[in-house]
Amino acid sequence: MTQPAVELSHASKRYGDVQALHDVTLAIEPGEVVAMLGPNGAGKTTSISLMLGLRNPTSGSVRLFGLNPRDLRARSRIGVMLQESGVPGMLRLREIVDLFRSYYPSPLPTAEAIAMAGLEEKAQSLVKDLSGGQHQRLYLALAVCGNPDALFLDEPTVGMDVEGRRRFLEEIAALAAKGRTVVLTTHYLEEADQLARRIIVIDRGQVIADSSPAEIKARVAGKRITFTTQSPAAESQLGGLPLKSIQVEGDRVRLLTNDPEGVMRELFRRGVDMRDLEVAGADLEEAFVAMTRHESTV
Amino acid sequence: MLARQTRAEFLKLLRVPAFSVTSIVLPSMFYAFIGLGQASQPLYKGSAVTFGQYFLASMALYGVANVMVLGFGISLANERGQKQDLLMKSTPLPPAVFFAAKALSALAIALISIVVLSIFASLAGHVQLTTNQWATLLFRAMVCSIPFIGLGFALGYLAGPNSAPAVTNLIYLPTAFASGLFFPLNLLPNFLQQIAPYLPLYRAAHLVWNSVGVPFDDISNDWLYMAGYMVAFFLLALWAYQRDQGKKFN
Repeated sequence: MTQPAVELSHASKRYGDVQALHDVTLAIEPGEVVAMLGPNGAGKTTSISLMLGLRNPTSGSVRLFGLNPRDLRARSRIGVMLQESGVPGMLRLREIVDLFRSYYPSPLPTAEAIAMAGLEEKAQSLVKDLSGGQHQRLYLALAVCGNPDALFLDEPTVGMDVEGRRRFLEEIAALAAKGRTVVLTTHYLEEADQLARRIIVIDRGQVIADSSPAEIKARVAGKRITFTTQSPAAESQLGGLPLKSIQVEGDRVRLLTNDPEGVMRELFRRGVDMRDLEVAGADLEEAFVAMTRHESTV
Repeated sequence: MLARQTRAEFLKLLRVPAFSVTSIVLPSMFYAFIGLGQASQPLYKGSAVTFGQYFLASMALYGVANVMVLGFGISLANERGQKQDLLMKSTPLPPAVFFAAKALSALAIALISIVVLSIFASLAGHVQLTTNQWATLLFRAMVCSIPFIGLGFALGYLAGPNSAPAVTNLIYLPTAFASGLFFPLNLLPNFLQQIAPYLPLYRAAHLVWNSVGVPFDDISNDWLYMAGYMVAFFLLALWAYQRDQGKKFN
């Protein structure tokens, strides 16, 4: 039997009066690529902090490669990208990557770590002179330079431009293909859909779903109807329809329903102005919105 | 790991001119302003020690302790403010290596400041010391800087990033003055003369002045005081560190 890379057992975390995480039990096996999703304040960062030993659970237990996460032997097997962490601005990029490499038993060559982050041209720059997206890529270089078995990425693509993000996701996918364990939290659902084979949805400190992206999407049986309308009154014409959600962005209207045929019939009967009409299966984002909304209306 | 970490800490300190220039140049600058004009005169009537020698010892001590209190204090507070400790905490870097590297790099800067000051004082102020005196001064100034590592470290964990420069200067400058580093104690107001014997810099000053020939009856008391301050400051630092860790990582 292989040992899980990460194991949370009835882990709870309380900050003063706030119950950030409540009785979470989960195991992440070596080689898994897991995305943790949830609204702001749901407990994603708290979960990661417990896994990394940055915080102690109020009750329950957390193991990292079978060890206490604060054990340096466990820490030498992981690489992390954290939200809001800082690095010394007065070191050159190459210097700080070299420095971090020296913490690990069998690191990657410096040039390779820098290349993975796509920062070859910036190797001699001072860290303080990097842009926001470059900073984020530097954190990737620091996370991978120790050649870790597991990567923990907390909102890793925040601040990256489109090209940087694409490249970043490719690198993570390549690492996953090499059998590395990847745990990431993200707001971008397409990232989760693209990278992860398992999605853990956290809402208000509890795990409310834990399965593959396909299964999570299937949990929302409904269909998505999207159209463009010129009529400002279109929204008021939707009353009484069996809809699970209505989103209006400019002149684009998105409806989610379990009865697409009935809704379509009624829309035509009411003479709602519709162009660029599309009917499709719900995507992960809608599944996610539906799930967390359902939970929070209790 | 320690060598690399020390090198990185050293570069970090050196590349902040606000810190490195003040640490390395300021003692020599004070020496130019205050010491040069009267360098060859006796410290007091009938003294074999010149003002130049006295002030060299004073500024050597001022410089090294300045590196420890301000360097450690302000840089640690800033690093905490930028949450650099968060990422460090998730690496396998042992905290002991981190602190040893910080202390070693600060000691290296302190050593540079003494060397620069010594060269300046002997060239511009024509200060002459025997080889033995030079060696004793260097040794004592460096050893006396060690308790201040603890103080700087404690202040770095107690002060916020914005208040650290003010807090460290407010503590350091007046005590340096009150310990007689800039003007001999007998020129200072009476109440300062009463307080001075309890100040760590005063005790350290005795040791460095003594190394350039200022006679004191018995300096073993001063060594004892320094040892006491060292224990007290390091305990304070440990408490401040654990308080900070408890807040952030529990």
